[in-house]
Amino acid sequence: MAQPQDFGFDDDIVMLKDAANRFLGQRQTLVQLRASLKGTEDPYRGEERQGWYDPAAWQEMVDLGWAMVPVPESAGGLGLGLVAAVAIQEEIGRAACPTPLSSTLQATFVLKEAQADAHLAKIAEGSSMALALFGEDGAPDADSTTVTANGNKLSGTSSYVQDAQKVDGFIVAAKASEGLGLYWVPKESVTIHRDRIVELTRDQARIELKNVEAEVIAEPGSGEQVMARALPALLTLLAADMAGAAEWQLQTTAEYAKLRVQFERPIGFFQAVKHPIVNMMIAADETRSLVYNAACAYDHDPEDALRCARMAKASASETAAFCSNRSTQLHGGIGFTWESDVQIYHKRQMHSQFLFGDASWQRQKLAELL
Amino acid sequence: MAHPYGMAAKMTEQQSSPEARPEAREFREYCRRWLEENRPPPTETPLPQASYEVTYDDHRAYLCDWQAKCYEAGLIATDVPKVYGGHGYENFQSIASDEVRRSKVPYFLNWIGLGMVAPTLLIHGSEEQKKRFLKPIFSAEEIWCQGYSEPGAGSDLVSLQTSAVKDGDQWIINGSKVWTSLGSLASWMLLLARNDKQDKYNGITCFLLPIDQPGVTVRPIHKMTGECGFCEVFFENAIIADDLRVDDVGAGWKVAMSTLTSERGAAAGVGAVTHTESPLSSVRELIELAKTTKRNGVPVWDDPVWRDRIVKLYIRIEAIIQHARRAPIEALNGGAMRLPLQSKVVGSEIGQDLNATALGVLGMQSSLYVGDEHAVRNGRWPLGYMNSYTGTISGGSSEIQRNILGERILGLPKTK
Ligand SMILES: Cc1cc2nc3c(=O)[nH]c(=O)nc-3n(C[C@H](O)[C@H](O)[C@H](O)COP(=O)(O)OP(=O)(O)OC[C@H]3O[C@@H](n4cnc5c(N)ncnc54)[C@H](O)[C@@H]3O)c2cc1C
Repeated sequence: MAQPQDFGFDDDIVMLKDAANRFLGQRQTLVQLRASLKGTEDPYRGEERQGWYDPAAWQEMVDLGWAMVPVPESAGGLGLGLVAAVAIQEEIGRAACPTPLSSTLQATFVLKEAQADAHLAKIAEGSSMALALFGEDGAPDADSTTVTANGNKLSGTSSYVQDAQKVDGFIVAAKASEGLGLYWVPKESVTIHRDRIVELTRDQARIELKNVEAEVIAEPGSGEQVMARALPALLTLLAADMAGAAEWQLQTTAEYAKLRVQFERPIGFFQAVKHPIVNMMIAADETRSLVYNAACAYDHDPEDALRCARMAKASASETAAFCSNRSTQLHGGIGFTWESDVQIYHKRQMHSQFLFGDASWQRQKLAELL
Repeated sequence: MAHPYGMAAKMTEQQSSPEARPEAREFREYCRRWLEENRPPPTETPLPQASYEVTYDDHRAYLCDWQAKCYEAGLIATDVPKVYGGHGYENFQSIASDEVRRSKVPYFLNWIGLGMVAPTLLIHGSEEQKKRFLKPIFSAEEIWCQGYSEPGAGSDLVSLQTSAVKDGDQWIINGSKVWTSLGSLASWMLLLARNDKQDKYNGITCFLLPIDQPGVTVRPIHKMTGECGFCEVFFENAIIADDLRVDDVGAGWKVAMSTLTSERGAAAGVGAVTHTESPLSSVRELIELAKTTKRNGVPVWDDPVWRDRIVKLYIRIEAIIQHARRAPIEALNGGAMRLPLQSKVVGSEIGQDLNATALGVLGMQSSLYVGDEHAVRNGRWPLGYMNSYTGTISGGSSEIQRNILGERILGLPKTK
């Protein structure tokens, strides 16, 4: 199938991306996040940390129609596909914004592949959801779940659930005798055990299900195929977030290297500083190109989507690790402090790096396709 | 500004080499036995990974106690003359420090005192200063911090601006320091201040500053790990008696340079040990981690990609251990400073890579931090990864170290 030369970034999507950039820039959710972190800093004796987000900003995003962007028109959405969702996710990453939108966009693509219109309609109306796919070892690719389904009753624990405290419900992968199924469970029916994580802009939990009544989204036996079709979108969304965050790391570090003076020169004068910053740009740009390609493939050439998505997430994971490392190093002492936003992005990137598998995993999986 | 994986701290970690002198062998036996018999009970709450990150009073009390015991047992200040509170042995310190590291007992809290202040005083201090200050450094009765870096003077230390103005037989100090490790626990600071604004290099003087006085304010800073361990320190007409000046007025830069070199050499000379883990014990633990961590039912160690990466680290760590063996051999070391000057940049970067590799082995499990009941080794790996930037940034960043190596060892043209 022919892909559009412009990656499908038509004028509407470009406008959407600009609007997202402006909106997230204005909301400055990190400033508010900081207030919520006060007293929780100390890993040994600090207070418990809650999964914080700005509910007003989330409501505004819903009102702006962002949540319904990739929801099909048949379910009351805008039907704009992954390219548009990626445009938003890249801006969320650039802002390191704590929001249930990230998980909800992922959930949307799973629901879409399951043709679960009723649940998609809920998203269009402003409901938020997160994916509960992983077992204890967090193995990528969603087949590691230890939750079991007996009819429409679910039992077990799902690990590494992102944004668990922010969402209204979960899409749970569970194993039945016929194979993997996908189910919707409202947050009221589960017990949320909050993880203490390094990352500050997301929250993570294990959700415990005790013989919980669930709605079937994908019949047992069909779950694997649905997940296989949705996986390229999930990988690409994550990679887009990382590309946005990497661009922030690049720009912030370049800016600092122009301002910070040592030895009577802005430190960017020194090639030991200048060259790694340029390498950050080279890495970030490779990732962005691969992300747009992957999004476009999903929308226009689904047969090729997984290959493209694996490349995007592999590249994003390398870029995230490198840009995080250099951004902290080149900021010197300042970058190592809690006060600095550099550390917030660093941790978000560390976290994203391993979600759905790191670079090495993606490359091994990609090799199987070549 | 000592560093986690510096020469003094780490490169001396050798397998117990057969001692040439029988007394040395005997001393090593003694150290080993003493450490075996006197290993302290664990703390109620876990100690931080390195002495750089200690913040709490209960940890301070515990660690001071421990250091005092080790000092009395002869494991600290082993080679320092008895008149200064030392034990008066010859070339036994490296044996003692070796054994402390091997036995995985707690580190010594007063690492700046042992690693920098004591060596500085031994070289530059007056007779009175040595008699007054060295013993309480060894015994951890007085904790020291180092006030070198300022907001405007990090890598470019010589541009420091904190001022020292002579007023009768005392000095008035104004300005501020930043990134001061142990600042909130210390009662004394090794201070560099500017006595002459016109003379960049010869206008700096070194002082011993009592921190508990009205003109000094200490404010802790949180690190990216959430730990404190370093501080901002503000001086508003702080006062230092002239007899607390180290060496001559204007000799501070010269004094500082010898302190910085003691981050390699003399630190072992007095017995600073900053970590309980070493690169070797860490890489062994990483191998264990890869063998026991399963993904999709398969140990990560069985994945050739990860195994290769880990084994590569293992080899590089063996190389730095063998560096320590080769460094003193004139015929083989390529010059006295060639290997020692590499140790900080190499050690700290290997440490960083090692921790980053562990995160990869853990995959999603690496997201779990200190205090999470499912976190592997209570979040040791993500914590260690973040703290590894202490090694690559502080005490002369990796970039600065490479400049020094290029210029001093290879004679490449100077950048600055
Ligand atoms: C955990 C920690 C503990 C510390 N403890 C102490 C302490 O106890 N006492 C104390 O006095 N200080 C301490 N420091 C300060 C430390 O020594 C400084 O952070 C360090 O010297 C770097 O200075 P800076 O932070 O100002 O970074 P900058 O000097 O601003 O450097 C920023 C970046 O620019 C690079 N750069 C600068 N100049 C050059 C150049 N010429 N060529 C190439 N690259 C260059 C650096 O490598 C770095 O990547 C500590 C720092 C940390 C992180």
